[in-house]
Amino acid sequence: MSPAEQELVTRSARNGWLLSAPALVVLTLAAVGPLLIVVVYSFLLPGKYGNVVWGFSLDAWSGILYTRDIFDGTLALADAHLSIFWRSVKLSILTTIFTFVVGFPTAWFIATRPQKARAMWLFLITIPFWTNLLIRTFAINEIIRNEGLLNSTLIKLGLITQPIEMIYTDGAVFVGMTYVYLPLMVLPLFAAIDRFDMRLMEAAYDLYASPMQVLRRVIMPVVKPGIVAGSILVFVPSLGAYVTPRLLGGGKNMMIGNFIELQFGQGRNWPLGASLSVTLLIVVTGALLIYVRYANREAGNGQ
Amino acid sequence: MTQTIAVEANHVVKAFGHGETAVRALNDVSVQIRTGEFFTLLGPSGCGKTTLLRLIAGFEMPSAGTILLDGADITTLPPNKRPVNTVFQSYALFPHLTVAQNIGFGLEMLGRPKAEVKARVDQMLALVKLEPMADRKTSQLSGGQQQRVALARALAPTPKVLLLDEPLSALDLKLRKEMQLELKRLQLETGITFVFVTHDQEEALTMSDRIGVMSAGKLQQVGSPKEIYTKPVNRFVASFIGETNFLPATRDGDAYRLDCGIKVAAPSSATGRVTLTVRPEQIRIGAETDADALPAKVTNLVYFGTDTHCHVNLPDGTEVVVRLQSPATGDAGLALGQAVGLSFVPDALQVLED
Repeated sequence: MSPAEQELVTRSARNGWLLSAPALVVLTLAAVGPLLIVVVYSFLLPGKYGNVVWGFSLDAWSGILYTRDIFDGTLALADAHLSIFWRSVKLSILTTIFTFVVGFPTAWFIATRPQKARAMWLFLITIPFWTNLLIRTFAINEIIRNEGLLNSTLIKLGLITQPIEMIYTDGAVFVGMTYVYLPLMVLPLFAAIDRFDMRLMEAAYDLYASPMQVLRRVIMPVVKPGIVAGSILVFVPSLGAYVTPRLLGGGKNMMIGNFIELQFGQGRNWPLGASLSVTLLIVVTGALLIYVRYANREAGNGQ
Repeated sequence: MTQTIAVEANHVVKAFGHGETAVRALNDVSVQIRTGEFFTLLGPSGCGKTTLLRLIAGFEMPSAGTILLDGADITTLPPNKRPVNTVFQSYALFPHLTVAQNIGFGLEMLGRPKAEVKARVDQMLALVKLEPMADRKTSQLSGGQQQRVALARALAPTPKVLLLDEPLSALDLKLRKEMQLELKRLQLETGITFVFVTHDQEEALTMSDRIGVMSAGKLQQVGSPKEIYTKPVNRFVASFIGETNFLPATRDGDAYRLDCGIKVAAPSSATGRVTLTVRPEQIRIGAETDADALPAKVTNLVYFGTDTHCHVNLPDGTEVVVRLQSPATGDAGLALGQAVGLSFVPDALQVLED
């Protein structure tokens, strides 16, 4: 390369950086900035009326798993926290699995419709996005609460005499999250199935695969990118869900999202809220890394 | 030796859609495909040849009629229960599997032991000369190599019948010629019955033991390539396979009188108005004065290299094409407007059914 050419390359590289600088500045401020504040706050002391007091402390981090006894100051494992974590993970995994179980046949159905009908079905799937999440969740609340549509209908039909306790249970949160996040599973699955060459199914069927084997050995591995994308899109917001557990789970059936909110609100323990937020971030990132690596290894084996 | 029948279709009807709008892709098709033969279904697109293949594979169920494999009724068996494998037009190789895994797929689904599958896969890789590619993903292969993987995959479970749905149509001309020979070699080496679907008449003539010519959902004629070419039964077969001339004629005594007035002999007992057909290369051009010659006038000469096509008009205006081998000088010695006499080589004239 001649010096002149070298000069040209360096200059174009410099120009590239200059041109992307505004975007980089915005991204840094918007993404890294707040995160940095959260991390810093997690090492500070809580203020009496919220906010933080400047002074280094690891209390917020130990507070994730342990509570300090008010009277003698000893540390004890916080059962309440653990049950919130466990509920969050359990409900998120269940939601992901169930949205897949329901979403896969739905996506398959849409992808195998004629081109024209497909647009209509996809439109129907996306309609819920047009309504505010809060309103949709209240609608479910209206259906399943004790004096709600479902219970009053059942009572009128004489099938039950006492309303069934549906609202403010883990089951209600699960149903709500499944309903809210189902489109996020269906859309990437549809995209993957739409690209799937249906002749592969015939080929497998022709080569003595049973319908179940066709599904497991050919369809699933080929549409896996869609399954991975859909699972991530459902699992990540599920784990941090706030509105749904708040409205359908009540104060008792909290998830991590509600617990974090509590610290910044009534709990007046911002450092604990911050450390919980960072923990959630780490857990989600870790889970995703493990999941994606596992999915890729499967693909590598071609099994 | 008595010929055993591998595949038999009896009065098969396949209709798509319902009621008034139903389309009959196959309309009462009966055919017997012999064990170990290379049988080609030939016809224009939309003639029903692929539908018949899919019925044999089991991807579709006939609306009426039965399909037998080695004498057993398989009409309602699903594809995974039929000892028949297909090479798809688009190959339909599994993108998430390697070449070796693709080839072993069928045997694995049959639940064969791992060692047996591996041995068979190696054998098939050798057969289609793809040993170095065993661990590649299929997307890393060229079109011709993908074609060979598709063949090996379909042959690996040793099907009773191998179905090939226009497998060569995606290849360029040179590769297609190579694969034609390759297919023929594989068929001879494995002894498996091949049912090959194509719209390419040359492909059908060069590869097949027998050809079934299809048109408009019906089987028009079944026979060896020679029979199909030299003794077409109707106008469709005659014009679809190779080039030909049609001469309208009328029965006169024990011969036929062409519309231009000349009487010619042809092996048939059909009476009334008929159509005679004669291949361009079966006509000789002589002098106008030759005995029994058909008087004609040269209207056009088209030079093709090895051949020269000479277009002539009969007195009644019927145009006839004569194919002459070009002489060394390239000059056929004919001039436009020249009066000539046509004669037919023996047995060249055939009478068509319609």
